[in-house]
Amino acid sequence: MSHESSATLPAVPEGLKGVTSDWSADKQAFPVPWGKAMMWIFLLSDTFIFSCFLISYMNVRISTTAQWPNPSEVFSLTVFGTPVPLFLIAIMTMILITSSGTMAMAVNFGYRRDRKKTALLMFATALLGLSFVGMQAFEWSKLILDEGVRPWGNPMGAAQFGSAFFMITGFHGLHVSCGVIYLSVVAIRVLNGFYDRKGTYETVEVAGLYWHFVDLVWVFIFAFFYLW
Amino acid sequence: MAHAHSADHSTAHAAPAGGHGEGVQHPIRIYLWIWLLLFVFSTFSYLVDFFQLQGYLRWTLIIIFMLLKAGFIVAIFMHMAWERLALKLAILVPPLALLVLVGLMAIEGDYTFLTRLQSFVHEVQKPSAHAGGHAAEQPAAEH
Repeated sequence: MSHESSATLPAVPEGLKGVTSDWSADKQAFPVPWGKAMMWIFLLSDTFIFSCFLISYMNVRISTTAQWPNPSEVFSLTVFGTPVPLFLIAIMTMILITSSGTMAMAVNFGYRRDRKKTALLMFATALLGLSFVGMQAFEWSKLILDEGVRPWGNPMGAAQFGSAFFMITGFHGLHVSCGVIYLSVVAIRVLNGFYDRKGTYETVEVAGLYWHFVDLVWVFIFAFFYLW
Repeated sequence: MAHAHSADHSTAHAAPAGGHGEGVQHPIRIYLWIWLLLFVFSTFSYLVDFFQLQGYLRWTLIIIFMLLKAGFIVAIFMHMAWERLALKLAILVPPLALLVLVGLMAIEGDYTFLTRLQSFVHEVQKPSAHAGGHAAEQPAAEH
């Protein structure tokens, strides 16, 4: 399609004129692979879902008359005899950022058609994601078994703390788990040359978009739930 | 190989202008820089909690680091910086509507809080004044 239009039109306008020309014509609106456009639109809808969770968390936290449990203390971990605030959460944050970095490199090597490096970096990303989920499972069981946090109440204060925590981090953890499976499937296909036969590695980039989004959501959860 | 590479890139980003090529041409360095920045900002925001900074300083720093991280992830890692403006607007403008929801829910939350406070104090004042004062103290400590 772009070949035809470039034959008839000399240049595609930039800036706001570019927006109107891209949106108004009876043609493909976004000059990107359809998978990428669809992934962006899915991520946009996911943004609204996570925002609904975070905003309702804000609402219950403002409106509760009970003391909100201090996350800095609730999520502290004793390391070598001294309690370090948010220790596990800090490690989880670093792991997710690292995995975003390896994914970005994987996309890059994908476009260079370097099968081995792309697959290797994607497996590394999936492995980091898996360790993130593992740490989250540890955190959940510590909270449920040791601290007695339930969705309907907890010994530390406001009852809404548990429901907000399990809902938000649970939904994020589900996204990470799905991402691990998604990345593994794509990585296996990279390795067996599926995308060489297909002629494009854009699927790797689309999978990367999803993974970076999972990291992006964690940035907001980290700021609003753990640090606030 | 170099030809195949650049051809790939233009189908992926499909921007007719040539200037966006740096994104893939010299990418490793950009990614490593952004990676490093994300680590630095995460460490900073962790240190905000570690040193127990409180009040407006805390919220300002947390939000600044959060927005910087989010911006770099979307712009560089998700390649939004190299997309056409039409796609940028279609994806980045709708979430702004959420700010309205944030505002509405904050007002609503305050209202619920005050209503609860009022009715709780009203209830407890009848049997004992001491319990009423206690109930009003707790939320004051939170805000």
